[in-house]
Amino acid sequence: MKKILALLLACVLAFACVGCGGSDEGAADVKSEGVMTYAEYTAAALDTQVVIEAYVQAKQSWWENQATVYAQDKDGAYFLYNMACSEEDYAKLTPGTKIKVTGYKAEWSGEVEIIDATFEIQEGSYIAEALDVTALLGTDELIKHQNEFVSFKGLTIEAITDADGVEHDFLYNWDGSGEDGSDLYFNVSVNGATYQFTVESYLCGAGTEVYEAVKALKVGDKIDAEGFLYWYEGVNPHITKVTAAQ
Amino acid sequence: MKLWKMKIVSPVLCVLCFLLLLPFVLSGCHGSRGMAEFVMPETFDTTRNYEITFWAKNDTNKAQTKVYEKAIADFEELYPNITVNLRLYTDYGKIYNDVITNISTGTTPNVCITYPDHIATYLTGTNVVVPLDTLMADTEYGLGGSALLFDGPAQDEIVPQFLSEGIIGGTQYALPYMRSTEACYVNKTFVEKLGYTLPDALTWDFIWEVSAAAAEQDADGTYFVNGQKVMIPFIYKSTDNMMIQMLRQQNADYSTEAGEILLFNDTTEAILYDVAAATGKGAFSTFKISSYPANFLNAGQCIFAIDSTAGATWMGTDAPLCDIAEENLVSFETVVMEIPQYDTENPQMISQGPSVCIFNKDDPQEVLASWLFMQFLLTDDVQIGYAQTEGYVPVTTKAQDSDVYQDYLSRAGEDNETYYKTKIEASRLLLDNIDNTFVTPVFSGSASLRDAAGQLIESVTKSIRRKETVDDAYMEKLFADTASLYRLDSAGGVSVSGDGEDLGPLPTASVILLSVLGGTWVCILAYLVRQKIKTRKKSEN
Repeated sequence: MKKILALLLACVLAFACVGCGGSDEGAADVKSEGVMTYAEYTAAALDTQVVIEAYVQAKQSWWENQATVYAQDKDGAYFLYNMACSEEDYAKLTPGTKIKVTGYKAEWSGEVEIIDATFEIQEGSYIAEALDVTALLGTDELIKHQNEFVSFKGLTIEAITDADGVEHDFLYNWDGSGEDGSDLYFNVSVNGATYQFTVESYLCGAGTEVYEAVKALKVGDKIDAEGFLYWYEGVNPHITKVTAAQ
Repeated sequence: MKLWKMKIVSPVLCVLCFLLLLPFVLSGCHGSRGMAEFVMPETFDTTRNYEITFWAKNDTNKAQTKVYEKAIADFEELYPNITVNLRLYTDYGKIYNDVITNISTGTTPNVCITYPDHIATYLTGTNVVVPLDTLMADTEYGLGGSALLFDGPAQDEIVPQFLSEGIIGGTQYALPYMRSTEACYVNKTFVEKLGYTLPDALTWDFIWEVSAAAAEQDADGTYFVNGQKVMIPFIYKSTDNMMIQMLRQQNADYSTEAGEILLFNDTTEAILYDVAAATGKGAFSTFKISSYPANFLNAGQCIFAIDSTAGATWMGTDAPLCDIAEENLVSFETVVMEIPQYDTENPQMISQGPSVCIFNKDDPQEVLASWLFMQFLLTDDVQIGYAQTEGYVPVTTKAQDSDVYQDYLSRAGEDNETYYKTKIEASRLLLDNIDNTFVTPVFSGSASLRDAAGQLIESVTKSIRRKETVDDAYMEKLFADTASLYRLDSAGGVSVSGDGEDLGPLPTASVILLSVLGGTWVCILAYLVRQKIKTRKKSEN
C-alpha cells in the first residue's frame, strides 16, 4: 500500500512539474548561461553586443527575412528591430513564445532597440499583463517602461489638427496626408495634459479591431487603451486596443 | 503481333502528340509571363467610360496629396469619361513591392510613380510596362498633341537630362515627374564658432576636418561646440547616394551601362576608410543608425546634414515641419550648400526624384486614358503646385520658366511656409546645377547594387561604433559578404535585356512539356533506328 501511495505521489509531483513547465506565469525569470538579465541589458552601453531571453508579445512586421517584434520578460521589454527571421520561423513567433536573442543594442530617435539580431526559439511561455502607466504620463519615470505592454485608463479623446489647421477626431498620418490603411494618429487627454497616440499600421493595420475602433472615436469619448510604449523623439505609444472607459 | 503494332504506333503517336502540343507549348510560354504588346489606337474613344488607378508617392505631406487630388479633379473635369482612383504611398519601396506582387496577379495600377531602377525589374515580365516612344510622338495624343484637352508640354519642353533618365535599354519607359538632388544643410553658426569660415563650395576634406573639431568633448562628455551631451557633426541620410556620388566625383567605377558590377574597387575601399576614420572620431553617422539628420540639426546636435532637397521643409530653426519638441529647438543660421566635392571646379551631384510609368492592359483605350492622365501630371499647375511643397524642381522648362514659378522663386523668405527660404534655396541649388547632375545606369539588378553601395557605408560605420577592427581583411570580407547578400557576385551582373540572367528553375508545366518533347524525339529516333536495322536484316536475308 505504501509503495502504491509513494508511486501515486511521485506521479502527482511529476505531472505538477510538467504543468508548471507549460507556462512561466509567476515563476522567477531565470536566465540561461551567458544571457543578460534585464538590469544588465539596461546597463549595457549602446553599440555593444547583447544576449537576452524574452517572450514575444506582438509581431509588427516581416519583410525580406527580417522581423520586427515586441518582446518582454518579467523585468522589462525589448524592441527587436529587423531581426533575421525566415518566414517559416516568423509564423512560430506567436505571443508568449520564448526566444533567445543575440544582437546589438542601439538607439534611434530615443527608441532603444536590439538590431542586427538573430534568435532561437526556446521552451517556455509568458504573456505580460498590461501595466497601467496612466499616472506616469508626463513623468521621467515613464521611459523606464519603454517598449512594455501598457495600459492607460480614463482618457478623453481630444481634437487633432491636420496640416491645414482643420480639427479632426483622428488623422491618417501625422498631418492628415494618408488614407485608410495609413498610420492613425489621435490625441488623448488625462490629468490635464494632452498626448498623441498612434495606431501603427504595420502592427495593427486596417481591418483590425483597434484600427476600426479608433476610426469610430469622437472628440469627447472616454476610453481605456492598451499598447506598446514605443518612443520617437518622446513617448509615442503604439496602441493595440481601445475600449470605452470603465 | 499486338505488341509489335504498339511499338510501331507509339512513335507515330508521339509525333502526333508533339504536333498537337506544339501550339500549346508556344502559346503557353508566351502567355504565362506577359501580355500582348500595346498598339496605339487611332483615336481615343470618348463614348466609353474608363476607370484607372494611380499609385502615387508623397513625403507624408498633406500639401502633396492635395496637389494630386486637385490634379485628378481638374483632369476628370476635362475628361468626364475617365475616373482616376488615387492610392497614396509614402515609400518607394512599398510601391515597388506592391507592383511586383500585382504583376503576378495581373492587377498592376494604370499609372504609377516609381524609380527607373524599379521599372528595370518590372520589365522582366513581357509587355508589363508600356513603352512611351510611340505615345510621346503621336501628333494627336502625344506630348503637345493637337487632340489634347489641356496645355501639356511638348517633348522639347521637358528638361532633356531628366527625360533621358526614363530611357531603359534604348526605350523610353518613364517620364520624370519631379526632380530633386541632395543638399548639405549647414549650421553656419557652429561652423564659425569652431573658428572656420564656410567656403563657396564644400569639400570632403573640409567636412571631415570641421566634423572632427566639432566632436571634441570635455572630460564630462559635454561637447564644446553646443554644450550638450549629444553631437553628431555630420549625418548622411542616404548612404547609397553618398557612396555613388563619392565614386562619381572621383571618376571611379560603379557599374557599366550593361550591368557589370564594378562597385568593389580600391576607390570604394578608400572612401570606406575615410568613413571609418570619421566615425572613430565621433564625427559621422547615418540616418539608419541614428535618425533623421533634420532632428539633430534642429536640436543643435549636427552641423552638416545631408538630405534630399525634397526634405528642405524640415531643415532649420524656422522649418515649417519639425519632429522634435519645441523646447529642444536651437536657434542658428542655416545655409543650403551643394554636397561636398572632391573637385569643386567640376561639381557632380545625383539627380533623383519620382518618375511615372504606365502599366499595360488588355484594352488599348484604357492605356491611352492612362497616357492622357500621365501627361496631365506634367502640366504647369501640377508641376508648380507640387514643386512648391518641397525643394523639388519642375521637370519641364515650360513650368520652370513660367511667370508663376519665377515669382515663387523670387519671394524666398517672405514667410516660413510657402516661401520658406531654405526650401526655395534648395530648389535653386538644383536649378543652378542641372548640368552637373547625373544618374547611375539602370538595369535589372541596379536597385540591388544601389542598396549594396549604401550598405558598405552602414556596415563600416556600425563596425567602428562596435569597436571592431576595420582593416584590409575586414574590407575583403565586407566586399564578399555584401556582394553575396545582394546577389552581385555573378560575373557581369544582370542586364535588362536578360543576357545571362538567372531566371530560376523552370516551372513544373514547362519541365513536363520539355520532357514530353524529349521523349518524343527519343521515340522517333528509336523507331528510325529499328526500321533501319529491319531493312538491313531483310536485305541480308
